[in-house]
Amino acid sequence: MSTAGEQDAGLSLQEEHESKTHRTKRRDGDRQKKKRRNERRKGGTRAGEGEEDLQAVSEKRERSKRKRAKSKQETSRRENNEEEEAQLTGGKGTKARKDIRNEKTRRMEKEEVREVEENVDKGKKKQGSTKKGEKKEDGGKQLVKGKAREVKKKKHKKTSEEDDDEEEDNDKDVVRLECLSPEELEKLKEAVDERKKLIQSLRGKPWAMKKKLVTLRESQEFVEKYEGALGKGKGRKLYAYKVLMTKKWMKFQRDFENFKTACIPWEMKIKEIESHFGSSVASYFLFLRWMYGINMILFGLTFGLVMVPEALMGRPYGSMPRKTVPRAEEASAMDFAVLWDFGGYAQYSVLFYGYYNNQRTVGWLKFRMPLSYFLVGVGTVAYSYMVVIRTMARNANESGVGDDNSFNFSWKMFTSWDYLIGNAETADNKFASITTSFKEAILEEQESHKDDNIHLTRFLRVLANFLVLCCLAGSGYLIYFVVRRSQKFALDGLENHTWWERNEVNMVMSLLGMFCPMLFDVISTLENYHPRVALQWQLGRIFALFLGNLYTFIIALMDEINLKRKEEKIVKFNITTWEASLYNGTVSENSTASPVTIHPADVPRGPCWETMVGQEFVRLIISDTMTTYITLLIGDFLRAVLVRFLNYCWCWDLEAGFPSYSEFDVSGNVLGLIFNQGMIWMGSFYAPCLPALNVIRLHVSMYLQCWAVMCCNVPQERVFKASGSNNFYMAMLLVILFLSTLPAIYTIVSIPPSFDCGPFSGKNRMFDVIHETLESDFPPWFSKVFSYASNPGLVLPFILLMVLAIYYLQSTSKSYREANVELKKKLQMVISVLFFL
Amino acid sequence: MGNKQTIFTDEQLDAYQVSLFSFSRLHGRYHELAPHLVPMDYTNEPDCKLPLALIVNMPELKENPFRNRIVESFSEDGMGNLSFNEFVDMFSVLSEMAPRELKAIYAFKIYDFNVDNYLCKEDLEKTLNKLTKEELTPEEVELVCEKTIEEADLDGDHKLSFADFENMISRAPDFLR
Repeated sequence: MSTAGEQDAGLSLQEEHESKTHRTKRRDGDRQKKKRRNERRKGGTRAGEGEEDLQAVSEKRERSKRKRAKSKQETSRRENNEEEEAQLTGGKGTKARKDIRNEKTRRMEKEEVREVEENVDKGKKKQGSTKKGEKKEDGGKQLVKGKAREVKKKKHKKTSEEDDDEEEDNDKDVVRLECLSPEELEKLKEAVDERKKLIQSLRGKPWAMKKKLVTLRESQEFVEKYEGALGKGKGRKLYAYKVLMTKKWMKFQRDFENFKTACIPWEMKIKEIESHFGSSVASYFLFLRWMYGINMILFGLTFGLVMVPEALMGRPYGSMPRKTVPRAEEASAMDFAVLWDFGGYAQYSVLFYGYYNNQRTVGWLKFRMPLSYFLVGVGTVAYSYMVVIRTMARNANESGVGDDNSFNFSWKMFTSWDYLIGNAETADNKFASITTSFKEAILEEQESHKDDNIHLTRFLRVLANFLVLCCLAGSGYLIYFVVRRSQKFALDGLENHTWWERNEVNMVMSLLGMFCPMLFDVISTLENYHPRVALQWQLGRIFALFLGNLYTFIIALMDEINLKRKEEKIVKFNITTWEASLYNGTVSENSTASPVTIHPADVPRGPCWETMVGQEFVRLIISDTMTTYITLLIGDFLRAVLVRFLNYCWCWDLEAGFPSYSEFDVSGNVLGLIFNQGMIWMGSFYAPCLPALNVIRLHVSMYLQCWAVMCCNVPQERVFKASGSNNFYMAMLLVILFLSTLPAIYTIVSIPPSFDCGPFSGKNRMFDVIHETLESDFPPWFSKVFSYASNPGLVLPFILLMVLAIYYLQSTSKSYREANVELKKKLQMVISVLFFL
Repeated sequence: MGNKQTIFTDEQLDAYQVSLFSFSRLHGRYHELAPHLVPMDYTNEPDCKLPLALIVNMPELKENPFRNRIVESFSEDGMGNLSFNEFVDMFSVLSEMAPRELKAIYAFKIYDFNVDNYLCKEDLEKTLNKLTKEELTPEEVELVCEKTIEEADLDGDHKLSFADFENMISRAPDFLR
């Protein structure tokens, strides 16, 4: 209270001072004017004092009112009513300011200045004040309560009183405006700006809440009082209006921000997991959510621009050979087993490449279907690159340069506690890990002068890496050997071999995928890294292992593609003979080129390697998903159930001893997610349904895994912060993106499309569609320009230029980083010097 | 209107710069701690304070080893009794959206057990013991505190002033929580 009063007094003092200095500057000394001004000024201060009196009164009344509980509700109700009524400029509003405003609305037509003030006040009412404002209004209310019947009379009396005060205030301000010189206006503007800055930065100040609220209200009052009045003449109205709009806009922005935060999906779930399991487990779920966002966009692109136009505007099912199930397969086309395998009706639908027609334009919109198909394929890859690189850049900026070990113990002491932990078990783990970490640091400190440890550690690490390399080489050779064998078996015909030999490749890959990571885990205990670093090494190694899987998959696919292409040649030959036989039959009847009506299902079909590729990918994703979910249910859930219930009748303590509850495997899950996404990128060109499938899969995964984590897993032994891992995941994702777009690009560029299916059938290469579009859809000069631009003579120097630009940017960024380090050192030196002085 | 809804005027919400949703949730939590003491209607700025013992039992703070210090450093009377304003203040500083400088200021206050504006050796010892639940031997505690003062003390008075603390904490890679 007192500080506010002082500040008010201070303000009025300031006003007096300003007016004094101005008086001395003014040359036209009209005494009468001066006298009037003096009187008004005194009235102004009187008004100020009057306000303070009113405040004191209202405070007293406040305290007495507090004893009556009922009145609170009444007054709040009345406040709400009064606010509404005041807006209508009507009514029974008995609060002081509202009265003034009402009076002002009446006088609005008369004076321009009054209008400005009123606008400012209206804005102020909405943006409002807090304690003191409320108290003032309550005080006003109290006055009325005391004399309930004679409300109107009171109002008139009060309004007239306060009207005078306000009038004097207004006049005071009017006078101020007119007689301020430009320098004073500038100063005033600066003061207003300063106050505005204060309001902005108020959130970051460490003051007590009360002080902040009081300062906020005063600063707002000050700003509003002088801001609206700073514009000159006619511009004043516009200026005040602009200020009002800015304020409304800021409020709108703030509300929108709050709304946006409330809209983020799964936020509460993830926060709960974070508090139980620490931030490394939560980082997996954040990554999952981010992937979900990307897949939604990809889904939007493929669904909206490829699947929907074809479904709505393309030729319907059954109208063309490529869109119909062949006669031979028709009987089984609706079986569940066939559909689950994505054959039958699923195969001949918008879900796969083969369904699309190669008509240049489709429907009444003249939608360029093949062009759209091609561009969506390119666009999904381009978008993914952009998003991944942008996220990496943002993460890199945030993580900063923090690499020094200069404050090791201090940081351990002050920053190791995770304030987000809310669970007793996690807290216990955290305490234990902090203690261990301190003990480790102490041990290191005590033994830091010995050299043997370093050599031993280095030797062990080299040994571990060697072992891992042996493992990887071994598994690579094994996969190669098995693939070779299965190709030999396929040539022999699959029926001659046992189940094992038929499914050898899949089984070997699954077994490797299960046992090698465990082996890597054991080997990594030799290395003795910080858990975060160990996690990264583990991820890297499993990544290399999974690359082997990828390699076999691609080899198998390429083999099948080549097979299908050979078949295609044979089929093409057969079709020409078949057609010839048909026409031979009709010609003998002497009819002139009558269209032979054969049901599309009976036409012999060429093999469609693209659809086959799409189907393979879809089957892979489905089987991968099923495997993950089943491992989750059995490995985690069943294990937890067994441990919990068998514990009652088992000889040793299951919960602490051998099986115990499983920990959440962050590295395995992250890698699974990344490889899954790689498959999607590879296959979505040939099967537009893949992003849709993935969206469903990620959605289900999110809920299933959130439940499984909370229900069956325990927090890890060594709880560590995952701050550095994010860019690591992104880097792996980028590598996979690159690797997975390579095969797709290769097939687009070098393999001719099937002649009988898909939007590019009949062309020599798939990208010919671009050429065709340029020729037919754009004006002729465009294609000329384009042909010049795609001339190698122009493209090569351009590429060279880009390489040079990259080199230049990299060297400047390196030099900036070095300058940064230098500056930091200088700063440290300066600070220490300052302290000694 | 009802009895179960917190009532704030628009002006109050505006001054706090929050949305009604999060604010009323916060007030709901405050009210839960002592339903008979805390009124639902805040338009008239009632003056009630909740004692330390109640606040320290909130699930967000229960597991925190520094919970007593946290509550004490936000209370005006230094004894840990929080009014609603101070309650809001505390949670706003602890939230992720508070600026780093603000968190550093309050972190210093929290770790300063004897409230003398310096982190002396006794403060550090108490901090360490709370962090490790007294699992370290006294020699180890001694060593760690020595090393900490050695690392961060710039003016050579064998205790950490706020400037030392801020200098050290601003370089920490994961000081955000």
